[in-house]
Amino acid sequence: MDQIIGNIGLLFEFPIVNLKILLDGIMIGALFALAAYGLALVWGVMNVKNLAQGDFVIAGGYIAWTLDQNGIQPLLGIPAAFLVMWVIGWITYKLVIKRVIERDLFTSLLATFGLAIMFAQIMNLMFGSDTQSIQLDMPTLYFADGFIDVPMSKLVGVVTALSLAFAVILFMKRSRMGQAIRATAQDARAARVLGIDTDKVYSFTFSLNAAICGAAGAIIVMAWVIQPFYGITYSIRAFVIVTAAGLGNLPGVIAAGLGIGALEQYGSHIFGIGYQQAIAVLLLLLVLFIRLLQQRRKRQVLQ
Amino acid sequence: MKTLRNLGVSIVAASALFGATTAMAEACETITLGAAISLTGKYATNGVHAKNGYEYAFQKIKEAGGVKIDGKCYNFSTIYYDDESKGDRGATLAERLINQDGVQYMLGPYSSGLTKAIAPVTEQYKIPMVEAEGASRSLFNKGYKYLFAVLSTSEQYLASAVALAAEQAEKEGKDPSSVKVAIAVENDPFSLDIRAGVLDDAEKFGMKVVLDEKLPRDLSDMSAILTKVKLLKPDVLIVSGHSKGAATAVRQIGEQRISTPMIAVTHCEAADVVGNFGKAANDILCSTQWAETLSYEDELFGTAAEYEAGFKEAFPEYTNKTVPYQVAQASAAVYVFKDAFERAGTLDKEAVRDAIAATELDTFYGKIKFSEAGNNIAKPMVLRQIQDGKYNVVAPSKFASHKLNWPRKAQ
Repeated sequence: MDQIIGNIGLLFEFPIVNLKILLDGIMIGALFALAAYGLALVWGVMNVKNLAQGDFVIAGGYIAWTLDQNGIQPLLGIPAAFLVMWVIGWITYKLVIKRVIERDLFTSLLATFGLAIMFAQIMNLMFGSDTQSIQLDMPTLYFADGFIDVPMSKLVGVVTALSLAFAVILFMKRSRMGQAIRATAQDARAARVLGIDTDKVYSFTFSLNAAICGAAGAIIVMAWVIQPFYGITYSIRAFVIVTAAGLGNLPGVIAAGLGIGALEQYGSHIFGIGYQQAIAVLLLLLVLFIRLLQQRRKRQVLQ
Repeated sequence: MKTLRNLGVSIVAASALFGATTAMAEACETITLGAAISLTGKYATNGVHAKNGYEYAFQKIKEAGGVKIDGKCYNFSTIYYDDESKGDRGATLAERLINQDGVQYMLGPYSSGLTKAIAPVTEQYKIPMVEAEGASRSLFNKGYKYLFAVLSTSEQYLASAVALAAEQAEKEGKDPSSVKVAIAVENDPFSLDIRAGVLDDAEKFGMKVVLDEKLPRDLSDMSAILTKVKLLKPDVLIVSGHSKGAATAVRQIGEQRISTPMIAVTHCEAADVVGNFGKAANDILCSTQWAETLSYEDELFGTAAEYEAGFKEAFPEYTNKTVPYQVAQASAAVYVFKDAFERAGTLDKEAVRDAIAATELDTFYGKIKFSEAGNNIAKPMVLRQIQDGKYNVVAPSKFASHKLNWPRKAQ
């Protein structure tokens, strides 16, 4: 308890800490948002809750890391991870996801849970269980007497993450495929009647999701560290964010992602870093509770 | 038909045996050991290190003419099972080794958690187990009689850093009690032991603990802690969280330009902080069970340096790396078995158990002598400092090859 009060005291004693915490939070939050973003798509369009989300992220990280080990400029790892994960996503769709779309909730949860375990174990066998990271030869910017540090690698990561997010929003709004995806999300049967090949839409959406996750992973490995079993961290955050923002609300996902990043950093400053994950889950509970209250009058049948 | 084939097999086997006997002049029989070890899962890297350490020791013993028991010669062979880094699996496999495979002697798994899961089983069946990779002190307060560990227990890992900080404070003309300590450890038995050891020593010197945090299991960001370190300005920062803790800490200590005068971390070698983060790792203190530069030696493996060279020759995949201490202590565990069998002069497991308990052995890995509880009390922990990318021993002063760089500057 004393420590908690002391930690809160620090926030007021050194106001600059707040800025530092916010910056750190936003930088990690942008990547949570990116992972959540693909989940919102898949969840909204196909009604599949992909528990392997975080493992796609880590797989993307390992793709970038492997390229870096072979002397390829790490920034090229981002598009490379995007492409490779697109293909892996497509294969996963054809082999597994396709068969569970029309099934009930638990089938898709179980299937993707199995996928998550398998992905983690395959990565463990391929790359070993050590933590890996890529060291970019980029300077770190310092402000406020060196108290606030902004590594260029993180800055590059955040900018890339946000531009990727906006590119996807534009794509969904403007392109033909984007329209088809949105139409399928609204009513798959009607879309089929109107001549949209929903199977193609599904496989495209799932591949896009895997690709976005892959890119996020390639950024994470440059700014933080990855390990085959870290996927769950990103899966949990992605679920919290999507639940908070609601399906199909892509700008909301970005806002929620940044918000969770910042709140987690505040939480871990005040209560200790051991409670970081707990704070994320607590937020999920809070959001669900508020949602429940909001919808109390609006009873619906779940399909 | 079947009998015919069997006959064929036995003829081949017999001639092979005959060939072997004539080549070696004396055929050795086999002592079968059992080991459940993490070949997959989160401990796979270190599990494989341990297995390689065992294998290297078997090979060396074979080359040296085997284990001599009562005039006969024996070689070790081992049944390995993969425990998938899971405790319940480890316990099941230990049962299987003992009940189905009839194993009479066990080598330990990797990590304190797995050892904790297996020890009750070996204890129940009275199977002597010499383990090399479980350091938690909670293993040695349960009154186990068949569990022996060649390594130093975990509360000793970083406690010497506190003593070193006190020494430095005295040199500066300050009171050791003015030293401020910050601790960030993972929430697992091993790291909590380290924390307990550091707290004990800090209390002994009257030092103030200004920060005491638990790291989550899936740690990839500890900037929140390091920000507090910047504000609270401790004199010693202790971090323990296996390889991932070391990697995250060193990376972010560099990024945030943390200028704590003394930073001590576990698992530096396993995380390869020098290879991964270069300059950021400079002047960080790393605790280790063993280093190849130490002046220990024995008859079987030679000096510590010779052990390293020999091991690299046998396992070329380690050529460009430092051989981790996890390998060395695994070999030392096998050596303890060899020594105990020879002193016992019989294959009776009770006699072997008593011989192990009476071990007093100088090895390339350090002195081995077990306490009543089964932990090794004869070998100190070693602190190495990363100086210009090299691991140099700086404490305890008896074995120190280099002077401590103090205070550490932000890199």
